[in-house]
This record gives sequence, structure tokens and C-alpha cells, in this order.
Amino acid sequence: MSEHTAVAAVEHPAVLQHQFDDLEQQMDASTLGMWVFLLTEIMFFGGLFAAYTVYRAAYPEGFAAGSLRLDLMLGGLNTVVLIASSLTMALAVRAAQLGKRQDLVAFLSATLGLGLVFLVVKVFEYHHKYVERLIPGPNFFFDGPHAAQAHMMFCFYFAMTGMHALHMVVGVGLLTYFIAKARSGRYTAQYYWPVEVMGLYWHFVDIVWIFLFPLLYLIGHRGVH
Amino acid sequence: MVTHIEPKRVYLAVFAALMVLTVLTVWVSYFDMGDLSIVVALAIAVTKATLVVLFFMHARHSPRLTKFVIAAGFCWLVILIGLTLSDYFTRTWLPLPQGW
Repeated sequence: MSEHTAVAAVEHPAVLQHQFDDLEQQMDASTLGMWVFLLTEIMFFGGLFAAYTVYRAAYPEGFAAGSLRLDLMLGGLNTVVLIASSLTMALAVRAAQLGKRQDLVAFLSATLGLGLVFLVVKVFEYHHKYVERLIPGPNFFFDGPHAAQAHMMFCFYFAMTGMHALHMVVGVGLLTYFIAKARSGRYTAQYYWPVEVMGLYWHFVDIVWIFLFPLLYLIGHRGVH
Repeated sequence: MVTHIEPKRVYLAVFAALMVLTVLTVWVSYFDMGDLSIVVALAIAVTKATLVVLFFMHARHSPRLTKFVIAAGFCWLVILIGLTLSDYFTRTWLPLPQGW
């Protein structure tokens, strides 16, 4: 312990873990570890997207009819909110790189706020679907020739947006933790990459929504026929 | 990786591009283009995702090993979806043999 700590203490005593040669190596290992986790997430959501594609190809009319019952305004609003939250997250990482503590806290808080807006809008959407009897199950009711197919579409809608929303809840929790840590000055220009690693997760959840939005909300041909 | 600090305007430009592409994907969905609709929608979504990965997630300035891992992830995704669909989408190509 003594020898290693003494060497590390020259640069940065608290944050360099003893298994790493230097901070750069530690940062690379951290970001790489997060990317490997995100690959498992890509495969997880990839399975959902593959199943969605198989069923949508089999039931194109039902999926289009079901998509028309989704609220394009709220879905579009959430897309804008989530992309804006990715911007504030990127700016938070930048503030961390520059060692600007107040900016970091402000941008992380903005990201948290936008994430909460997304979830609140999602709650309103889900509630509206409940009122309209579009939750899959015995109470599901769909007027039209493709009711059973639309039922399947709504199973995918709730499974996919539900898993996405769950990831958002986790992200909101992480942000709350990071804001508290950032306030106490845990992150510096030398030790900023935990924010970067957290940001990778947040951006990934944004990317999932970038695919969910057109595939769920925009397949019904609302305009010109 | 050596920390690369991106100028603010790069992030703002990427955000603007993402907003334009979002409006574009909604706009084109109002036109009935048949089978082309899904191709256009996915092309826009892939473009947006690529922008996020390259700029917001700093893949541009990541070490080569990280870039390699990211690329490997997308290869596995293509295998997952490609092989699944090559099964389901070709099942009706040949008639069922007699007696089935």
C-alpha cells in the first residue's frame, strides 16, 4: 500500500485506483466497460426490435391502425425533450472536463428536469391509453377490422416504451446521485470521466427512443392517402 | 484517451441537426411512399443515432479499442436482426410439401 500510494499521491491520491498505471488508462477502462454494458443493452433492445419487425411485417394493417391511435404531438414533444436532454448531458460532460463545478451541477440538473418531463408526458400518454381501453388484456377494445392485430401492436408499444421508460427511471436515479456528488466537488478536470460514463448511458437511452419514435408513432399515414 | 474538449458550438450544431431530422421524419411520414416509408424512416433514425454516437458519446475521439467494440456491437445487432428476418421472411417462399 505505502509504496503505491506514495507514487499515486504525486499526481492525484484519491482517484487513481491501484490496478491502473495512470488516470488515462483508468478512464479508458471505465468508458470501455460502459460500452461493453451498452452492447448488452443493444442486444436486449435489438431482440425487441427484431420481434417488432416480424410482427409488423405479418400484420401491416393492424400496426398502422394502432399507430394512428398514438398521440403524435406527445410523442414528438418527448422526442424533442429527450434530444434536448442529450444536449444538456453533453454540455454537462464538457463542464466536468473544464472543471466548472457550477456549470456541471446546472447542466446535470437541466438533464434531470428534461428526463422528468419525458416521464411525466409518458404517464399522461399511458393514462390516456388506459381511458381509451388500449392497454393489452381482457379490457382491450379496438374498433375496426384489425382489432386482434392492433392488440399485438399495443403489446409491443407497451413492452418497448415500458422498457425504455424503465431505463429512463434508472437514468433519473443516476443523475440525482451525480448531482449530489458534483455539488460536493467530487468531480474535477482530472477526474471527470464518471460523468462521461454516466452520459454514455443517457445518450444510449436517447438513441433507443430515436428508433422507437418513428417505428411506433409514424407508421399510420396520417396525411395524404 | 487524451481528453478532447469539444467547442460548445459543435454540440449546438449536432442538436440543431437532430431537431431538423426529427421534423423531417415527421414530415415525410405524411406521404404514402409504400415500402419506401420504412426505409426513409430508418435511414433518418440511423443518421440521428450516428450523430449521437460520434459527437455526444465522443466515439470520434475514443481509443481504437473502444471504436472496435462499438463497431462489433453493431455487427452483432445486424446478425441478430438479419438472421431472424432471413428466417421469418423466407418461410413462404417455397410451398409446404405434401402431407404437412
